[in-house]
Amino acid sequence: MASTASARARRLRAAMTYANLTPFVFFALFPFYFMFVTSFKRNAELYNLKAVPFWIQTGAITDHYDFLFRRTEFLTWMKNSLMVSVIAMSVSLVIAILAGYSLARLRYRGVGSFGTAVFITYLVPPTLLFLPLSQVVHWLGLSDSIWALVVTYPTFLVPFSTWLLMGYFRTVPREVEECALVDGASRMQTLVRIVLPMAVPGLVCAALFGFTLCWNEFIYALTFVSQSGNKTAVVGVTADLIRGDIYYWGSLMAGAVLASVPIVVIYVWFLDYYVSGLTTGAVKG
Amino acid sequence: MAVSQRALEATGLRGGPGRLERLQQWWEQEHVFGYGLILPALVLLTCLVAYPFGMAIYFSLSDYWVGSPGQFVGLNNYREILGNDVFRQTVQNSFVFTGCALTLKTVLGVWLAVLLARDVRFKRLLRGAVLLPWVIPTALSTLGWWWMFDSLYGVVNWTAIGLGIMSAPGPNWLGQANYAMAAVIVVNTWRGLPFFAITVLAGLMSIPREFYEAAEVDGASSRQRFWHVTLPLLKPVLAVVILFSTIFTFSDFNIVQILTRGGPMNTTHLFATLAYQIGLQGGNLGQGAAISLFLFPMLAMVVFLQLRYIRRD
Repeated sequence: MASTASARARRLRAAMTYANLTPFVFFALFPFYFMFVTSFKRNAELYNLKAVPFWIQTGAITDHYDFLFRRTEFLTWMKNSLMVSVIAMSVSLVIAILAGYSLARLRYRGVGSFGTAVFITYLVPPTLLFLPLSQVVHWLGLSDSIWALVVTYPTFLVPFSTWLLMGYFRTVPREVEECALVDGASRMQTLVRIVLPMAVPGLVCAALFGFTLCWNEFIYALTFVSQSGNKTAVVGVTADLIRGDIYYWGSLMAGAVLASVPIVVIYVWFLDYYVSGLTTGAVKG
Repeated sequence: MAVSQRALEATGLRGGPGRLERLQQWWEQEHVFGYGLILPALVLLTCLVAYPFGMAIYFSLSDYWVGSPGQFVGLNNYREILGNDVFRQTVQNSFVFTGCALTLKTVLGVWLAVLLARDVRFKRLLRGAVLLPWVIPTALSTLGWWWMFDSLYGVVNWTAIGLGIMSAPGPNWLGQANYAMAAVIVVNTWRGLPFFAITVLAGLMSIPREFYEAAEVDGASSRQRFWHVTLPLLKPVLAVVILFSTIFTFSDFNIVQILTRGGPMNTTHLFATLAYQIGLQGGNLGQGAAISLFLFPMLAMVVFLQLRYIRRD
């Protein structure tokens, strides 16, 4: 008797948990569902006040996607985003590996203040620096090119990745390194052959977050690049599909959906890394 | 003579690899290696963070327009800004926006984390779904919200009217002051909630079960357990998350820029969007820089508290 009562109580509790979770999940996912559905609707249906907006009633069409590929430089934007993200992320990762190892493992004068300096730059929001950086980019002769972004994205990637990697480097046992050094390996060899293989999860994490942060970046990409052919996907879709007062809602949503696809794919593939990186690195949010 | 010549040559020959060896030995010293590895990062951060920060201060003290380096004007830009109604409105907006969004994110985030920590099925799927808004490019998902908030064809008004919550035409969400502020707060909360929930969840997982068992033995109800066990033990995690979120909510740009561009009548302008409008679109770099520097006190406070917190650990 007692056991059935407690089983019922447990089931009731579980039902309550799911009932409480449903609004959260709905809140999180509905905008994406709605964008997806909108991108396949006919214009007549989009602007029909009587139509139920939650699903497609008059048949799905791909016109909005056609428009995106035929009439805009969408593919160029995607290519730009990919190039900027991969290059900036790789360069930053190398710099951050060196800096992170130095800060986490080596003892020398000033190491503490360097660590603090990196942490402070990690907290500096891009919106504080975009105006002077636009001038720096101009002086470097990089304005209006994707290289402006390749050069400036490491300013937020390096502090973040360094901070994240320091945590992972600290988990490598010191004895392993000391053994390698005693066996005659140089310090650089120890770092590359012994420490890095043991910190692979951290490297994957830093690379994933680095790529995501670059792909999603908005204010620098909006400020430093104005020529349509040099824009990134996020800025291209937001800025170039809005012309005057006429909004191409269908293709806007189609662009937003397609430009998110690479991130979604990586995210689904590496979900656990995102969760662990978020909790170890305490990321900008 | 000839011998010593040869000996000199011999040492000279050995001098080549000797020098390389000495360089290697020098490089193998812990402090040299340490400085060497940190150098690229330091150069980058000095040139592209510290130097631009100095430039921002210089801009803000000068009459600097795009294309024409101006003269030093002292605190004129600040004086002008502080006397400006739009700026005062922006200060107020920033605090309302940050205060409301942070409160919502904290309360809902803790609630969601507690739910996710329970023994539910599809745990991984649920976490994945809940984290999604944080991963997708904010600028793009905000486009979706923009369409949802559309006054005529938007799904928000359609649903509210359908359910009888609002009367026929519904509010012009992005065109009326309070509604527009509510909209940008909702979107910021939507975007930032996953960060709170997942981080707090990690904090919850690290609370030892024994605490709860002990509380249960003492006859504490589940509500009492939450207030007297969970919350106090979550404090360190919450402090870090809230501090982080404070600076990045306060300096938000994407959501407001896309949803309202600061309007209607500047009632949703934040420092970043106003600095963009004046400094970049208006070309007045001096004033723009001065406006964005108002983010600095908040940054300094967060840095100070975070560092104190880290050191105490």
